[in-house]
Amino acid sequence: MSGSYSGIPRWVLAVAAAGALFLLVPLAAIVLRVDWTRFGALVSSEPSRAALLLSLQTSGTSTALCVLFGVPMAFALARTRFRGQRVVRALVLLPLVLPPVVGGIALLYTFGRQGLLGESLRILGVDIAFSTAAVVLAQTFVALPFLVLSLEGALRTAGTRYEAVAATLGARPTTVLRRVSLPLVGPGIVSGAVLSFARALGEFGATLTFAGSLQGVTRTLPLEIYLQRETDPDAAVALSLVLVAVAVLVVALAHRIHEGTGP
Amino acid sequence: MNLVASAKIPTRNIDLRLSLSAGETVAVMGPNGAGKSTLLAVLAGLIRPDHGSASLNGKTLYDDGAWLPPHARGIALLAQDALLFPHLSVLENVAFGPRSAGASRSAARQAANRWLQEVDAADLAGHRPSRLSGGQAQRVAVARALAAEPALLLLDEPLAALDISVAPVLRRTLRRVLEGRSAIIVTHDVVDALLLADRVVIIDGGRIVEDGPTRSVLERPRSRFAAGLAGVNLLTGTTAAGGLHTSTGLQLAALTEEDLPPGKDAAAVFSPRAVAVHRLRPTGSPRNVFSVTVTDLEQHGPRTTVRAGHLSAEITTASAADLDLLPGTGMYFSVKSAEVTVYLL
Repeated sequence: MSGSYSGIPRWVLAVAAAGALFLLVPLAAIVLRVDWTRFGALVSSEPSRAALLLSLQTSGTSTALCVLFGVPMAFALARTRFRGQRVVRALVLLPLVLPPVVGGIALLYTFGRQGLLGESLRILGVDIAFSTAAVVLAQTFVALPFLVLSLEGALRTAGTRYEAVAATLGARPTTVLRRVSLPLVGPGIVSGAVLSFARALGEFGATLTFAGSLQGVTRTLPLEIYLQRETDPDAAVALSLVLVAVAVLVVALAHRIHEGTGP
Repeated sequence: MNLVASAKIPTRNIDLRLSLSAGETVAVMGPNGAGKSTLLAVLAGLIRPDHGSASLNGKTLYDDGAWLPPHARGIALLAQDALLFPHLSVLENVAFGPRSAGASRSAARQAANRWLQEVDAADLAGHRPSRLSGGQAQRVAVARALAAEPALLLLDEPLAALDISVAPVLRRTLRRVLEGRSAIIVTHDVVDALLLADRVVIIDGGRIVEDGPTRSVLERPRSRFAAGLAGVNLLTGTTAAGGLHTSTGLQLAALTEEDLPPGKDAAAVFSPRAVAVHRLRPTGSPRNVFSVTVTDLEQHGPRTTVRAGHLSAEITTASAADLDLLPGTGMYFSVKSAEVTVYLL
C-alpha cells in the first residue's frame, strides 16, 4: 500500500470521514455519559448479571444452530442447481431486511399457542412461546441469513476445482466435504458465525414480540437496557457500554480470523 | 480393450468415440474449444453426456441409464494447475488418494512417500503447497494422482503452465511414469505427443478427425490441424558434445539451454519450416547439413513439403519448382543449430 497511487478524489475522502464520524460520535457520547462512580455497581446488579448471562447463553446457542443449519443451506445454494433456486435464496435472506418485530409476529403465529405448529407441540408437552427457547428461536431466525450469505459467498469464491480433484482421487462426497470443502472455507464459516453471534446478541424486536421480557428467562441484555432506560438511565448507559464492548470484541475477533487465514 | 467410450453432447457440439488398449498412452490434440477438455471431464465423471456409453476394464462408467460417480471410477485427473489442497502438507496431499480408498494413516503415508520418491520429490514431503514452485507443485500433483492407483490417468495440458526451463525435466518424469500405464494426455505440444504417447487423436469441432500411431499421424497428416503440427522432424539417438548423434549416424548440432550429459538417450526436434533445401552442398552458417535423397513431394498451395526418409522440409512451391525436385533426386537439407531442440528421453 505504501506510496501507491490511490486515484481517489479528495472530496470522496471528506464525505467518507463525515460518515465515519456519524458512526463514531454516538459511541463516544455513550462513553462520556457513563457515571463511572456507579458503573461497577450498576453492571453487577442482579438483573444486569442475569440479563448478560442470558444474552451470552442464548446467543451462543443460536450461533451453534446457525452453523448447524446454515452451513448445509449455504452448500445447497452455492453448489447445487434446482428449479426456483433464486426465489428460495431471496426468501431465505428475507429476515435480513424484515423488521424484527414482523419476524417476532411470524414466529408467534408459527410456534405460539395458537400458532401453526404450536398446537401440535403443546400436545407433545412443548410450550415454546415466552420461554428461553423462544429467545433462541428469535435470535436464530434473524441471525441465520448472515451465516448463509457470508458462507455462500466464500464457497462461490473458492470454486469447485479442488472438490473435483478430490473426487477423481477416489474420495466419496462426505470425505470431500470433511477433508476438502469445509477446511477450505473454514475462515468463511468462522467469520459467518461471528456475524451471526453479533446479530443474535443485539436482537430486540423479535425477542420482545415472541418471547416477552421475563427476568432470567427471556429478558436479554438489549431488553434489560430498554427497560432500565425508563427507571434508571444511568444503568441503561452502563449496560449499553458493556454491549458495545462485547460487540467491539466480536468484530476484532472476526477481523483477526479473516486477516490471519484469508487468502 | 481397456477403455471404450462414446459421448454425445449436442449443446457443446460434442460427438466423440474413443478406445484405449491397456497400457496405452494416447495424446489428444486439436484447436482450442475443440472439445479436448470436455472429453476428459466426461471420462472423469465431472460432466454427464446426453448420450453414449463408456466402460473401463469391463466396468460401466455410464450408459443411457447408469452413471458411476467420479470417486468410484478409478480415473484420476491431472490438470494444468497442480491444485494441491492448500491446507494439507505435500505428504498429506499425496496420501489423500490412499486414505480415501480406505488405507490406514501409516499405510497411506508409506505409499505417499514411495510415490514422492518415484517423481523425485521426496524432499518436499513436509512442505506446504504454498511454498512450492510451479514445477515442484506439478511434480507433487503427479505423485498424488499416481498414488490413487488409477486404472486410467487423464492429463490436461500438464506442462502448459510451467516455465520453459522446467517443462523438459517434468516431461522426462512423465515419460518414465506413463510407461506401460493407460493414460490420455491433452496437449498442444507436439513434443509431448512424440515423447509421451503411443498414439495421437486429433479432435476438431467436437469430432475425432484423425487417430493413429503418433509418428504416422505427424508424418502423414490427413486433417488440417495435424498438417499444422505435421512433419515435425524427430531424430533419436544419444547426446554428444553440442548436440545429438543419431541412430542413423548423423551428427546434429543443437543449441541447448542446459549442458546435456553425453551418451544419454535423447531426441532432437525441429520444424520442417526451419529446413532449407539445396542442390549443391551449402557452405554457410547452418551447421547441420545432410545429404539426402528426395522420396516424396506434397504440395499444399503455395507451400510444398519435401520428404527424404524421416526428414522433411517445407519450402515454397516456387522454389521447389526452381530446384526441379523429383523423387529420387539427391539434395542437401540444412538447418541452423538454433532451430534444433534436444530432449533427454
